[in-house]
Amino acid sequence: MTIKHHLTEQLLMGYAAGTLPEAFNLVVASHLSMCDDCRATLAAYEEIGGALLEEAGVAMSTGGLDSALARLDTRAPEPVRPAAPGALPAPLRSYVGGDVDAIRWRSVGGGVKQAILPTSESASARLLFIPAGAAVPDHGHRGMELTLVLQGAFADETDRFVRGDVEVADQDLEHMPVADIGADCICLAATDAPLRFTSLIPRLLQPFLKI
Amino acid sequence: MKGTKRSNATDWVDHVRRIRDRQDQQAFRELFEHFAPRVKGFVMRGGTDAAFAEECAQDVMATLWRKAHLFDPSRASVSTWVFTIARNRKIDLIRKQRRPEPEDLTWGPEAEPDQADVLGLQQETEELGRAIAALPEKQRNLIEKAYFGDLSHSEIAEQTGLPLGTIKSRIRLALDRLRHAMK
Ligand SMILES: [Zn+2]
Ligand SMILES: [Zn+2]
Repeated sequence: MTIKHHLTEQLLMGYAAGTLPEAFNLVVASHLSMCDDCRATLAAYEEIGGALLEEAGVAMSTGGLDSALARLDTRAPEPVRPAAPGALPAPLRSYVGGDVDAIRWRSVGGGVKQAILPTSESASARLLFIPAGAAVPDHGHRGMELTLVLQGAFADETDRFVRGDVEVADQDLEHMPVADIGADCICLAATDAPLRFTSLIPRLLQPFLKI
Repeated sequence: MKGTKRSNATDWVDHVRRIRDRQDQQAFRELFEHFAPRVKGFVMRGGTDAAFAEECAQDVMATLWRKAHLFDPSRASVSTWVFTIARNRKIDLIRKQRRPEPEDLTWGPEAEPDQADVLGLQQETEELGRAIAALPEKQRNLIEKAYFGDLSHSEIAEQTGLPLGTIKSRIRLALDRLRHAMK
């Protein structure tokens, strides 16, 4: 695996603590499915959660243990079934309802297509299809935008991103991602604030595209 | 809640194994007495009332019983495992969100893990706990707020640099050990 662009420590900590919006959790879980490095870092942040848990405590009411014992399941445990391999990581497949062929694309112009995924409202998640050589219109960000490459590759003002790479963009970055000429690019993008498009046409379309 | 006789993390691993291997209710009792109040406290710190938090803690302990066969002590301490179950339950019940989980992280060991790895990791976690406990109060509070959900993620982003820096070497050690355990 040649992943070069990883999740930030802040995102991994937020995922460990359970404080990120669902759309960001989806990007993090998808990247973790492809990246052992970040998974090891996450484990360390979860250990912090475990250590903190040891410190806090509020007494249970009497009878709490008995009612817990009464509801214990004595059936044999379910066997673990590993997810079948696919182009999309397993957490993403459960949001799409299948693999790449199950994505319900909608055109957003210029050959670019998107599929909005159902998440809680504090941030939105979408799959983006950028045809080989095509571009997402030049834009800035009002909040944080996470873009995870699932197929193909794209490049922008900062670097080139391949499968497994995640780009973390914020207010300071204005960019125009362009897909590699060799293959169509599919990305998972999540943002907690609307994008800021520099040219007029995308700006006019924005309310309809929910970007 | 400190200074209880059963504070040894390796001991808790043994309890979970007793549940896995022979559905040992006595082991469950002891785990419950130690962890249920801690889970209740964790949930209440997120701003819910005691009755709801207690229900949540019961759920979490029932999950521990049901998933005992999935626990891998070479990857996490029992406290960490309980923390992740409680965190997911909290997201589920309080924030009413789905919790996407990564693909291979089933906590499922393929074979019985190496005893040295288990021991090393459990001790590492206890040391991490001591390192956190030894932090200046202000910094420890910040970390607690981040983990117990009183801070929004942008507030955490603004504030976490400092306390994380101070325990960075400890985290690095934990990281190295965890990476080794996961190879
Ligand atoms: Zn990574
Ligand atoms: Zn962008």
